[in-house]
Amino acid sequence: MAYVSLKNIYKSFGKTEVIHGISCDIKDGEFIVILGPSGCGKSTVLRMIAGLEAITSGEIAIDGKVVNRLEPADRDIAMVFQNYALYPHMTVYKNMAYGLRIRRMPKAEIDERVRNAAKILELTEFLDRKPRQLSGGQRQRVAMGRCIVREPKVFLFDEPLSNLDAKLRVQMRLEIRNLHEDLKITSIYVTHDQVEAMTLGDRLIVMHDGYAAQVGTPLDIYEYPATQFVAGFIGSPAMNFLNARLDPSGESVEIPGNVKLPLANSSLPEHAGKEVILGIRPEHFEPAHDGAATLDLTVDHVELLGADTLVYGHFAEDKTLSTLRLSDVQHLDKNTKLHLTVPPQKIHLFDRETGHRIGK
Amino acid sequence: MAKRVVFKHKFLPYLLVAPQIVITIVFFIWPASQALYQSFLQEDPFGLSSKFVGLANFVYIFSDDIYLNSIYATAVFSFSVAAIAMTVALLLAVMADRAIRAATTYKTFIIWPYAIAPVVAAVLWYFLFNPTVGMIAFFLKAIGIDWNYALNGRQAMLLVIMAAAWREISYNFLFFLAGLQAIPKSFIEAAAIDGASPSRRFWTIAFPLLSPTTFFLIVMNIVYAFFDTFGIIHAITEGGPNEATNIMVYKVFKDGFLNLDQGGSAAQSVILMIVVISLTVIQFRYIERKVHY
Amino acid sequence: MVEHRPWLTFLTHAVLIGGCLIIAFPIYITFVASTHSLDEITSTFPLWPGGHLIENYTRALSVGPRDLGATVGTMMLNSLIMALGITFGKIFISLLAAFAIVYFNFRFRMFFFWMIFITLMLPVEVRILPTYKVAADLKLLDTYSGLIFPLIASATATFLFRQFFMTIPDELCEAHRIDGGGPIRFFFDILLPMSRTSIAALFVILFIYGWNQYLWPLLITNDERYYTLLIGIKRMLDVGEGVAEWNIIMASSMLAMIPPVLVVIFMQKQFVKGMTETEK
Repeated sequence: MAYVSLKNIYKSFGKTEVIHGISCDIKDGEFIVILGPSGCGKSTVLRMIAGLEAITSGEIAIDGKVVNRLEPADRDIAMVFQNYALYPHMTVYKNMAYGLRIRRMPKAEIDERVRNAAKILELTEFLDRKPRQLSGGQRQRVAMGRCIVREPKVFLFDEPLSNLDAKLRVQMRLEIRNLHEDLKITSIYVTHDQVEAMTLGDRLIVMHDGYAAQVGTPLDIYEYPATQFVAGFIGSPAMNFLNARLDPSGESVEIPGNVKLPLANSSLPEHAGKEVILGIRPEHFEPAHDGAATLDLTVDHVELLGADTLVYGHFAEDKTLSTLRLSDVQHLDKNTKLHLTVPPQKIHLFDRETGHRIGK
Repeated sequence: MAKRVVFKHKFLPYLLVAPQIVITIVFFIWPASQALYQSFLQEDPFGLSSKFVGLANFVYIFSDDIYLNSIYATAVFSFSVAAIAMTVALLLAVMADRAIRAATTYKTFIIWPYAIAPVVAAVLWYFLFNPTVGMIAFFLKAIGIDWNYALNGRQAMLLVIMAAAWREISYNFLFFLAGLQAIPKSFIEAAAIDGASPSRRFWTIAFPLLSPTTFFLIVMNIVYAFFDTFGIIHAITEGGPNEATNIMVYKVFKDGFLNLDQGGSAAQSVILMIVVISLTVIQFRYIERKVHY
Repeated sequence: MVEHRPWLTFLTHAVLIGGCLIIAFPIYITFVASTHSLDEITSTFPLWPGGHLIENYTRALSVGPRDLGATVGTMMLNSLIMALGITFGKIFISLLAAFAIVYFNFRFRMFFFWMIFITLMLPVEVRILPTYKVAADLKLLDTYSGLIFPLIASATATFLFRQFFMTIPDELCEAHRIDGGGPIRFFFDILLPMSRTSIAALFVILFIYGWNQYLWPLLITNDERYYTLLIGIKRMLDVGEGVAEWNIIMASSMLAMIPPVLVVIFMQKQFVKGMTETEK
């Protein structure tokens, strides 16, 4: 168990800088998820923490000790790879014991640790099998077993569930969560799947194009996304974005169709009159009621999912497709007009040029 | 070319690569460059000194009837061996592909001649066609053919071609069969549904799809006929009668070791080197293109 | 596919059996001849096995042919030593070289790679005289080392291993690194065990290559005690006007054919897989 601190991590390949100043202080026992789309650099950051990639500048410290120059094996970390990376010619037992054998641990202790880990992961009956005789989920567990026996300071996960089918993924997610609650080892987990991120992470680092767009708890990020990118990345179906303009008074925002929506905190004088991006999550629309500003949504298309209904349509002359989520099964015809409103607290505003959040 | 993961050791790789590099330099690079160098020299009759003569050796051998004949013999030889070995192998492979169930048994029978050395193959055929004890020689004489390859150049060539091709059939068979079995069944089935007969299915679908294999085998067969057949010539005909089977690779040996003509042999070696290099380059270029498809 | 073409099926099997017969015929006759006495061979054309099998083979192995100062047994041993030496030597050297080229980034890497590649284009036949001279200068004539070393460094094995190493996922190496292992441990604990099939396929190919060597042993051995089996057989044919010892020759030929054929038959699966996946 240990705390990990990342200070201004930069990485360049040749002349191209790919990671631009990532900083984060990870607490002892915390489960941090680095989330982002493909190519955002999340795996690179993880590999730098592991020691598989060199850091161009910045500092990585584990338990206060700067590890920039240490070999992966000396950083007291263990890693689960996306493709499990199990030694194909060794049995499950040998796979898990290998790292310990290299460290010249006494045989009895190795045996105890391996069997313990096998028990936790329900792998005891597979100890004599080879990886090719196991299913994907079982192999993933062996990969985790290999990490557990090392009893490292930090666990690193590199998109471990990407190669599993949907149902298995849900199951393994739960297992990883339970494991973390039992072992309480500081964990850094990389994924592009926001559901995994939201359910597993104590805190998230959302990355975009090599930058850390936001660091915070899942709920924080959901409710107060720092940039338009984060707002659109978290939450499924994605947040709706409409072009809008801030009223000169700073108290409401106007969208095409001459609708003025009141804002929660009206003290935004510096942005008064600005063209902004308005964000509303599909699940935050409410039926219009008296006195509230009304948005009219013309229905284009309806998806009946059983538990929910997704309505796709457009507001006034705005041609962009917006999404509305309703619960249960709702039959709606095309071109029906729905009268909706939004509570002021659920309105998000973003600067049109920078994408940064405006206001609280 | 290299993997993303590399070990950072400085000296270890040199140590690892050393044995192969050392042997390569000592027994390949150095002798090859020597051959190149010597091809530009001419020794005096007593072997005491040599002088640089530029391309004179090359000019000489190309105006030498015997060498030109050697080139001709090599061409005839390699073409015939390749043609026979490939046609027969293709036929057998197509049939074996059809036989599905028994294919493995047939395969075992047909591929193991590959394991036999060319010189042994030569001995076997020599035994069959030898005028004194040869079974087939006797048979030929019985039906009126005057069979004596020790005197008749054409017959000698025929004999070595047969011995060489016999062995190469298994090699080609192996690759043709693999190539045929790699053709997705759906192609053939689609053609069958369209009403194509087996022979049409073969010529319009299987054969074109086999072209990479065919090309590869043509080159390999030519290389085989050029170089690996030394033993066959040495065992049966020793280049005769009258240079009829004095193919290039044999002539290099004969001139160099038996006639002690260093310069000429070196020049011939260089010519052969050019042949090999061209064939290898063609092979790799073609494969690279196919792979990038 | 459902197809009723009995005539074609018959033809198929007829052609195949015919092919097998043509392939097998010379070998069968050789075997038959190896079981008869010399007189029987020279006077008739035996089509069926005779009664001299044991006699011929024992004579060949223990006494050897008339004019040769070595027994077939000795020559077989020489061939075996040469074949095994070349096989193990090549495999070992190529594994090391391929490992270095794939997993290390050192200064002359590409240069060495191309140097090894060039050897593909230099079979012994194009450099016989100078290679002979080098071997002679190194005092390798009439030695086992001389039979083995000059043939050890060829590119095929190295390329095969290189191809194979390239297919090994990077993550395996990274997991190994995290486990605490260095390159040498990686080579022995991970790479080598995983290369088993390639090594097996190569073993077959190289053994056959080594056993069937003809030109090079011919040049480098003068002493009959170092003759390999193939050289010996050819020498038995050199009888000028006399009658060759056909029964011994045929017995020796059979003996020359058996080891490689056995290796092929027993390792057929690996052999076929290895051949068709490397030569391309």
